[in-house]
Amino acid sequence: MTTSSVSKGCFVFKPSSKRKKRALDAEDYFTNGSEDYETSKERFQLCQALWENMRAETEKVQDELSKKMLDSVLEFVRKSSASFLSREEDWASRMRASEIPTAALVLGVNVPDHDMTFQSLSDRLQQTVTPFVVSVQAKECAALKHLLQKFLQRLMGLSVTVDEEEEEAGAELPQRRVHCSLSALCDWYRTVCQKPSGISPGKKRSSSAMEFPPRPPVILIFKDLEAFSSCVLQDFILICSQYTQQLPLLFIFGIATSPCTIQRTLPHSVTSLLCIELFQSLPCTQHLATVIDKLVLTPQQPFKPSGKVLQVLVGLFLYHDFSVRNFIKGLQLSLLEHFHSQPLSVLCRKKEEAVERAQKLSHQEVERIRQLPSFMRFVEKQEPEEQVQLLTSDDHVKEVCQKLLEDLRRYHKNFYPILRCLHVLTSSLPKYPLGKQMRELHVSCLERNVWETEEYESALQLLRMLAKDELVAALQKCVEILKPGKTKNMRDALQQLGTLTARFQQPDSSADPPAAEGSTEGKEDDSAPGQGLQKKTDLFHLQKTLLEMKESRRSKKKSPFELLRNETVEYIDSLVKMHLATPESQPLYEVYYYTSSGTLRRHLNATPRTSIQTALSHPYCYLQNEALKNEAGAISSSAPDLCIVYKLHLECGRLINLYDWLEAYSTVVTAAKGDDPDSGEKGKISEVRHARFIRAVSELEFLGFVKSTKQKTDHVARLTWGGC
Amino acid sequence: MSVQLQHPGYAEERLRLAAARLPCRETQAGALLSLLGEPEQYSYPSIFIYGHRATGKSHVTQTLLKELEMPHVVVSCVECVSAGLLFEQVLLSFFGSSSSELLPRSPSLSDFVRVYRQLCAQVPATQTRYIVLDRAELLRDMDSNLLPGFLRLQELVGDNVTVILLSEIVWDKFRPNTGCFEPLLLLFPNYSKVELQQILSQDSHPSYSPELYSAYINILLGVFYSVCRDLRELRHLAALNFSKFCEPLETGEAKEKDTHKLWRNIEPHLKRAMQTVYLREVSSVQWEQQQAEEREVGAVRGLSAHDHVELPYYSKFLLIAAYLASYNPARTDRRFFLKHHGKIKKTNFLKKHEKTSNHLLGPKPFPLDRLLAIFYSVVDSRVAPTASVFSQISSLVTLQLLSQVSHDDQLDSPKYKCAVSLDFIRAVARTVGFDILRYLYDFL
Repeated sequence: MTTSSVSKGCFVFKPSSKRKKRALDAEDYFTNGSEDYETSKERFQLCQALWENMRAETEKVQDELSKKMLDSVLEFVRKSSASFLSREEDWASRMRASEIPTAALVLGVNVPDHDMTFQSLSDRLQQTVTPFVVSVQAKECAALKHLLQKFLQRLMGLSVTVDEEEEEAGAELPQRRVHCSLSALCDWYRTVCQKPSGISPGKKRSSSAMEFPPRPPVILIFKDLEAFSSCVLQDFILICSQYTQQLPLLFIFGIATSPCTIQRTLPHSVTSLLCIELFQSLPCTQHLATVIDKLVLTPQQPFKPSGKVLQVLVGLFLYHDFSVRNFIKGLQLSLLEHFHSQPLSVLCRKKEEAVERAQKLSHQEVERIRQLPSFMRFVEKQEPEEQVQLLTSDDHVKEVCQKLLEDLRRYHKNFYPILRCLHVLTSSLPKYPLGKQMRELHVSCLERNVWETEEYESALQLLRMLAKDELVAALQKCVEILKPGKTKNMRDALQQLGTLTARFQQPDSSADPPAAEGSTEGKEDDSAPGQGLQKKTDLFHLQKTLLEMKESRRSKKKSPFELLRNETVEYIDSLVKMHLATPESQPLYEVYYYTSSGTLRRHLNATPRTSIQTALSHPYCYLQNEALKNEAGAISSSAPDLCIVYKLHLECGRLINLYDWLEAYSTVVTAAKGDDPDSGEKGKISEVRHARFIRAVSELEFLGFVKSTKQKTDHVARLTWGGC
Repeated sequence: MSVQLQHPGYAEERLRLAAARLPCRETQAGALLSLLGEPEQYSYPSIFIYGHRATGKSHVTQTLLKELEMPHVVVSCVECVSAGLLFEQVLLSFFGSSSSELLPRSPSLSDFVRVYRQLCAQVPATQTRYIVLDRAELLRDMDSNLLPGFLRLQELVGDNVTVILLSEIVWDKFRPNTGCFEPLLLLFPNYSKVELQQILSQDSHPSYSPELYSAYINILLGVFYSVCRDLRELRHLAALNFSKFCEPLETGEAKEKDTHKLWRNIEPHLKRAMQTVYLREVSSVQWEQQQAEEREVGAVRGLSAHDHVELPYYSKFLLIAAYLASYNPARTDRRFFLKHHGKIKKTNFLKKHEKTSNHLLGPKPFPLDRLLAIFYSVVDSRVAPTASVFSQISSLVTLQLLSQVSHDDQLDSPKYKCAVSLDFIRAVARTVGFDILRYLYDFL
């Protein structure tokens, strides 16, 4: 920019405010990189709507799951706050050492998930029991004074001071500095409690203080007890215990591992000041199962992750973090990716809307549909005239598309109930051939046709041997599952299973014969060894009789119960074969299913070291420069200096001589330029090259591959394994 | 009992009142009183009182000072997160509410002395002023000049002031390197069984006779005296179990005289209390509920019964690897994790000090590299070195299952220790089907 000034100096140029660039929001990012620009807006909105729906669903689920534990905590708080009031009267409670009531919440190792639980806990406490709820985290409380400061600050809403820093005096205590001590807190508490309508300056919620009982307890939540340093906690509890008479304090500990940590971090002299009660949350695997049940295993949600994607997400959960929140985030990411990368996802919505939208498909979109592998397979199966129609007429494709979408919808409506039935039937079998959890069965059903697997065969074998009561119980559960089903197939299946169960229960005549037969069989068995014993010298005869026995048993007429059981299993088998085909077999499945598990894994389970190594050894992957492409093991001189230096260092041992390294580097770099006169003359290394080398080495040091060492002069130490 | 509190400087009546409130501490109270001297006289600059928890140190000191109406201030050092708070409390109680405003921000000891002198010149002491510092051992962790300064405060401010330090630790552990003014030492010994009995019997229940309560205390001490001599704790236990003791009396099964019957009723109950509520395995509220509902004691499981921890799959293996790295000598890794390691004899392979059990010596620190190397050879599938594997290590540290030995700032090859017990790791290893004993050098 230029100025009209003649002198030198600094000039300020204000940017013209009108041209201010609008910050890009999520939608712009979505549409920018997206495949199909026109529909991207529509897809983004669809995606947002679906996500909102899913989020609401998960929140509901989580509220329900934690409700029981939260209710019992609330009950505990109420009870102990009542005991504060009755403290003076009773002889026993006067004699007792004044303990601080403490609820220990064991929440599982997925610490980030706890935030939500604590949030809803403190909300509910504030609504029902007391306005004074404070939660603290370990990272804010490195020392006792920080803990005290945070506690008082959040409770009183005043800016209290630690080291007598300047503070704006509160309206009530203008002449006194408020110190960060519990006695100040007691004073404050007394004033607040004396005049319940009293509104202390910083407190917003005190307007509702009227509704609470007199002397509401002060609740302090330690979100992550393990991370607190033990001496901070000890001192804090000691201080608090001196004020129990004036201040009805109550602690809530959030524990990630096991309640033993309390005893490990705090000595007996301190735990004896606490009155600890234990509350346990549901195990996180159960939590996950419920979330999957509500979000994935339901025809209500149009978006479906494929088997591979689910495996990635569940794997992350089970192997790495146990965090339900991360699982939901992963689901959100796959949703976003699906709508971002699949232009046809405009059809991924509720049935009526989808059919309606299918009528308005543009030519380009119809072309896209034609290119879908599943649609191509579908076309191949049609009659030749139909094929021609499908490939030429857009309108016809739209018609067919609507029909297919409806089919797919129906497929889902049948798929999930039958899946649940199969799970109910097989989850109690010994050794769980089809998996103990529903998600395992679900994944294997998504991956391939489940009836083609060996596990399925063995599961059916086991089903054929099930006892009557177990089978009937399972069948009754299946009937329960199928009841809400609305499609014709489901109603048929319901009826059929209903009659089967009825037949199992109905005549005892059908159940009695097998029992009688079983007893006769037992008699035969009893006699058979007896015979064997008589002729024990003759091995040949023994073998013969055994074979005969086997033969006779096989040919034995089956009892009515066994016949019925076989019939039932056959029927279930037929149901499975009819409804549990893989989604890939359904045309247009790409619209609903997100399949690229690789992308998801890259995003969610990053491998920083592998990517750095790839970047260094194969710069083409990132730079996309053609000159770098054709190299197998050789070191190309056109590669960035850093890559050359990296490759050279791979050939060295633990200690690398810098001068040798420089020489090698110089050789590689000059090799490209052919006969460079400079290097040919003196074998000297130009200063520029030297500087480039040093820069590359320091970059490598920054990346953590080498470090300077004092063991040998002019050497650096290698930090990675390998070496030649 | 025999020694009556007597001092010419104080009113007879008050002394008697104070003595009544100090059962079994007459000797100590007398000694303290004679150290304090008459109100107007200068007293010894600093007195150090020590003794176990609940031996009446604070109680005796405070009762004397309060009953005899001497100007004093009691400051608990735990509460004083900064020295400023301490100074302020002292000034506030001696010179009124406006005095602390003279102190600058984050005052030092010399600021305090200056302000004290200034105020003291306006309001000179007519009687000895006493500053009682409870839990004085924490003074050692504050500024290094604080403790020596307080010990000779009288000299520094030139006022009639005496500092009384109360602590559970002996004076030898206080003495700073630079030397200081030696305070007078006063030991409060533990209460004997008889004394405990006498003190505890004083809080008898209003609706029962003192004799009955005294008998109850006798039984209680018979059970608990061997494990607990803490007066406060004993009083707490007595209150918790008294209702159970009175049960036969309520129902009419026994009279107050049937001591044996009452003993038979309460004794097993107290034994159970020793294992549960005394150790705070079961909270006192739960204990009372149990008594009220006559449930089996096993109904409420204690805290240490829940020691099972659910961990993600790789975290389990990381923990196993950490345990192996902590308890196996590094040189044995070849033997455990290499396929063709050859035979290594235990005896001549190791140096002498390594022959003692590593489990007796406790966990040893190990670098991150070694942890990962063992992890990769222990875990049965191929694991990509993803970011989440590394983040699991740090979450294990926050869960206190591992502990970081090196400083937080050290990014280059941090060192860890495994902080879990053998039982714990065996339970973890069992869930993943890993026979950890085969990999532990101590169990070969």
